[in-house]
Amino acid sequence: MSIARFWRETPRRYNLGGSKCLTCGTVAFPPRVVCPTCTHHRQSIGKMAPFQLSGEGEVESFTIVHDPAEGFEMQVPYVLALVRTPEGPRLTGQIVDVEPESVAIGLKVHATFRKLREEGKAGVIHYGYKFAPTGEDEPPPPRAPAVAARAEGAVRDRAEA
Amino acid sequence: MRDVAVLGVGQTKFGELWDRSFREIGIEAGLQALVDAKLSSEDLGGLFLGNMASGALIEQEHIAPLILDYAGLAGRHLPAVRIEGGGASGGLALHQGFLAVASGLYDYVVVGGAEKLTDVADATAAQILSSTADHEWEVVFGATLPALWGLVARRHMHLHGTTREQLARVPVQAHEMGAKNPNAHFRNRITVEQVLHAAPVAEPLGLFDCAPLSDGAAAVVLGPLETARKHTDTPVRIRASEVACDAMALQHRRETTIGEATVAAAQAAFRRARRDPKDVRLAEISDGTSIGALIALEDLGFAERGRAGPEFADGAFALGGRVTVNPSGGLKAQGCPFGAVGVAQVVELVRQLRGEAKERQAPATELALAHDLGGTGATAVVHLLERAG
Repeated sequence: MSIARFWRETPRRYNLGGSKCLTCGTVAFPPRVVCPTCTHHRQSIGKMAPFQLSGEGEVESFTIVHDPAEGFEMQVPYVLALVRTPEGPRLTGQIVDVEPESVAIGLKVHATFRKLREEGKAGVIHYGYKFAPTGEDEPPPPRAPAVAARAEGAVRDRAEA
Repeated sequence: MRDVAVLGVGQTKFGELWDRSFREIGIEAGLQALVDAKLSSEDLGGLFLGNMASGALIEQEHIAPLILDYAGLAGRHLPAVRIEGGGASGGLALHQGFLAVASGLYDYVVVGGAEKLTDVADATAAQILSSTADHEWEVVFGATLPALWGLVARRHMHLHGTTREQLARVPVQAHEMGAKNPNAHFRNRITVEQVLHAAPVAEPLGLFDCAPLSDGAAAVVLGPLETARKHTDTPVRIRASEVACDAMALQHRRETTIGEATVAAAQAAFRRARRDPKDVRLAEISDGTSIGALIALEDLGFAERGRAGPEFADGAFALGGRVTVNPSGGLKAQGCPFGAVGVAQVVELVRQLRGEAKERQAPATELALAHDLGGTGATAVVHLLERAG
């Protein structure tokens, strides 16, 4: 991916900058120029204001990825989740600082700034949001004994950040 | 609009076709379809070619004139158009061919679908396929196509109590049918135990929950129904050809476990054909993952919302069940050459409606449905086919 292509999304990926429709109040992330939910959506053109998400959220669903996306080979197995924010939008991101076995639907999380991936030894390093448990939830009992590789993965993720 | 019929069909074997090039498989399927339709190339009006990612996969764009050229038709200067819609490219190409004939602008067209996935390494192919999801807001954050379907699966299990074992029945049935299909990528039977113990890909989904990376091509000849009898004794009429789209990213859809594009395309198709899901006893659906198949069955109206898992496990969608689903073996066992899938579904249904499917022949029926899906559901294409007397 070119440097410009990643760089131009920095305000969104680093700071969770979205948009809010001044007509109906719907929040979108990433920001939109037209509101996807307004009944007369043309009226929302020019009325989409910048809006920053709080970074809070709740796991709506999750998967433990063993066959990784490009650039994530060193992180397997990793937890990828659909996170519902209190402002409305859902985000797709990794859940970190927790054993995969302890992630559950409903887990309270908040966004944390992390390294996403790097393009080889000489390439660009991509940063952005991941999610970590807020600690508000009573952690559920592990579904299976944590294997060594997974524990190392979690430690490495913290070390890289 | 005039009525459109499928006059001829052709398809290559699906699988790892190391010894065959993209252009070879493309023309094989097309020429088979022309011969099957008893159509002279002088009568041909044009070519619509479904393909997802030839540029990334074989470093060749501009493939529609390429296939036309190697089919020996360059000198005729026919129009040839490539159509892309992720995994729904083939279904979309068929829709364009349907529009061309229905409008009266063209009389006879070939609709092809072709993809060559094995000329790059598996990991590269998987990465290219993931570009049918939203690269900037899903893939960059670690998503793959199976991972996004894993999110859908977990949510469906959470909401409806769908079990891991019920999911496993989907690929088991697919392989059962693939064993009966000489064109299938996989012709071996598998067990629920094997599915459950396969390597995890994106939990809860494992290796056998996901369709393979296949090469392959398929083609059909379309023409006006009124002259169809000149070409075939068993014309199959396209009763409806409907396309619907939804938000690109799973995170931006209103529902995680409902494919609203499929619902919209299916409802439009049934309305147009003045039919109902209960009238359909035969279907080819998009089963790129086991969970994708269950969601499609619910979206298409073949199962109540949340009930596809237990009903699938009860055999409702097996050969001769309430609806015979994916007698070809589907994407899972017949194979998944992305751009070819939507056309191959119709090839299979035409053979079924003609009664030519041999070992895997479904009980005689007049009506059949094809469902093709792009990405995690941003594009859905539904066709209703009917044997014309």
